[in-house]
Amino acid sequence: MSAPLTTNLAQIGKSVVIKGELSGSEDLYIDGQVEGTIALKGNSLTVGPNGQVKASVEAKGVVVQGKLEGNVQASDRVELRKSAVVNGDISTQRISIEEGAYLKGKVDIQGRAEKAAGK
Amino acid sequence: MASVSQNFMKLFRGSSSGSETTATQGSQKLTRRSSGLGELARVWDSETPLCILDVGSTSPANIRYFTERGHRIYSEDLLVSSTDPGLATKDEEGKPILDSRKFLAENLVYPAAQFDVVLCWNLPDYLDESLVRPVMGRLWSVLKPQGMLLAFFHTKDAGPDSPCYRFHIIEKDVLEMQRIVLKRESRRGPTGAVHTAVSDGFQLQRVFNNRHIETLFRDFASIKFFLARDNVREVLVVR
Repeated sequence: MSAPLTTNLAQIGKSVVIKGELSGSEDLYIDGQVEGTIALKGNSLTVGPNGQVKASVEAKGVVVQGKLEGNVQASDRVELRKSAVVNGDISTQRISIEEGAYLKGKVDIQGRAEKAAGK
Repeated sequence: MASVSQNFMKLFRGSSSGSETTATQGSQKLTRRSSGLGELARVWDSETPLCILDVGSTSPANIRYFTERGHRIYSEDLLVSSTDPGLATKDEEGKPILDSRKFLAENLVYPAAQFDVVLCWNLPDYLDESLVRPVMGRLWSVLKPQGMLLAFFHTKDAGPDSPCYRFHIIEKDVLEMQRIVLKRESRRGPTGAVHTAVSDGFQLQRVFNNRHIETLFRDFASIKFFLARDNVREVLVVR
């Protein structure tokens, strides 16, 4: 499966290995290995089917098709596709999980709690 | 065709022959009414946000069910975790066992008294013998006082081939059961046709009788049995 070709999409191919802090203001597609932290406030992260990410993730949206180990904080939504293997806590407003996805961790839906607190 | 019909019958053997069970989505999913779940539903219908631990196979339906009601859910598939080859060790007599200390160092790592509800499903029936008591002990410790745990146990009439299911909550007392299949292998036969072999999921390790179940949950304050018509005993225990 290849990443969607859009002008504002940065891609990390499957032979690429990165250790450290990743931040940016465009969408990111990772099909390689990344270890560290990923901060994409206002943008989306996609972990491709070959992607192996060991990082805490902060983004607007997160789509996982591969492996992700670390906590995920998404301001909008998280999608775990059927091949996803996620070890970590997820905090988001909306989440969709396909049948077959594996999740070990907490799911915290933020929007609802915030609304309740605001009442 | 024979194998298809055999598999279909196998699905039913471990579940119900009563009217409560119907096949959905081909023969892959069954629904069943659960009295234990119905009793638990009174707890999560409350306005208070709860902390719930689901130690069955990852269920999108359960995650959706609880998060829609404002509860916090933790998902941890302990059966899959127990297949880690790194857990294999030997006891003092040289018999192969799983290393329960290592297992508990890597799984169910939560502060004491964190959860209001633990959904155990049929885990004890399929978990390796060496892990059952340590895991139940850990589940006791992560439950809050008055916290509740729901578990299902096969009766001896269920038979050794009873399939292991993933449980999805679809209504307050209705579950959808989806058979767990560990892997699919496709190969091309001599005629060129592609054959897909689906290996069975987890094997039933043992059948607990009532006394075994009471012993297993002896540290809990109370235990309630619900007998179902499908060779399954539902057990609701309170810490």
